[in-house]
Amino acid sequence: MNATVWITVIGLVVGTAAIKALGPMVFGGRDLPGALVRVIPRLPPALLAALVLTDTFTGVHRSLVLDARAGGLATAALALALRLPLIAVVVLAAATTGLLRALG
Amino acid sequence: MPAAADRSPEQERARFRAGMRDGVPYALAGMLVAVSYGVLAKPVLGSAAPIVMSAVVFAGSAQFASLAVLAAGGGAATAIAAGLLLNLRFLPMGIAVAPSMVHGALGRAARGQALVDASWALSNRGGGRFDISALLGATAVQYVTWNLGTVLGVLAGGVLGDPSRIGLDAVYPAFFLGLLVTELRRPGARLISLTGATIALALTPVLPAGVPILAAAAAATLGLRS
Repeated sequence: MNATVWITVIGLVVGTAAIKALGPMVFGGRDLPGALVRVIPRLPPALLAALVLTDTFTGVHRSLVLDARAGGLATAALALALRLPLIAVVVLAAATTGLLRALG
Repeated sequence: MPAAADRSPEQERARFRAGMRDGVPYALAGMLVAVSYGVLAKPVLGSAAPIVMSAVVFAGSAQFASLAVLAAGGGAATAIAAGLLLNLRFLPMGIAVAPSMVHGALGRAARGQALVDASWALSNRGGGRFDISALLGATAVQYVTWNLGTVLGVLAGGVLGDPSRIGLDAVYPAFFLGLLVTELRRPGARLISLTGATIALALTPVLPAGVPILAAAAAATLGLRS
């Protein structure tokens, strides 16, 4: 078990470093191909929206689930609409989710 | 590209500090996530490994994904694959920041290590430009709180109990929503985010975790003339 854990740490370190280095090494220091230039400004909303929804609705074994996290996300959306600071947004989201679990 | 004057050491330090300030709210939110990582990881990985993992891997979703595999009795190869699949999104993120890096190849590779979601989004200046000094500053503060939170979680795990009981698993979605809201003010972003979210959810039941997020990048090509 212990060896498995440390092999995992080493594998993740090496792999993550390689992934993070690849884009800057290969595509830095020169002009990007025209198609990429137009795609890149549009990447943040696509990737961030995917992260929000997969983190909210993914259950175990690749299933989609609707659970207390969705209530937390709705509260976060409301708090952001009210322009509350981010730390208040995440605390309210967590509190809502915890409360829904306690009630449910 | 920043003008030459913007690259003076004084300017770079000022933008690094501005990045740190912008990163503070995300660093605090990330600390809550790190505490829950420490709490959940300790019974599976022991005390030292979660702390080392946070210090050298520093990638929340990958750390949770690999932990889930090991907790379920999976092997190292599966755990590494699960974690790295979630980190694949740093490929398009890395390509995005590359043109804003004015350094040599090794310098660019080193700065690429600072890529984390919040810093990437916070350093986005629109039009495909990223403020690399701000990115480094935002990552610096998040790195400190990520490690602090992990240590706290490992030490206080017995007291805190199951982090999901107090809803800490809802912190990440709220964290990413905070970043997304800023992006939605840009033209065309609503349709792109809706499409990206749809792609990711549609692929979640059929592909390993992380790949649906990478696939959502395809939404960025929406409406482009060929």
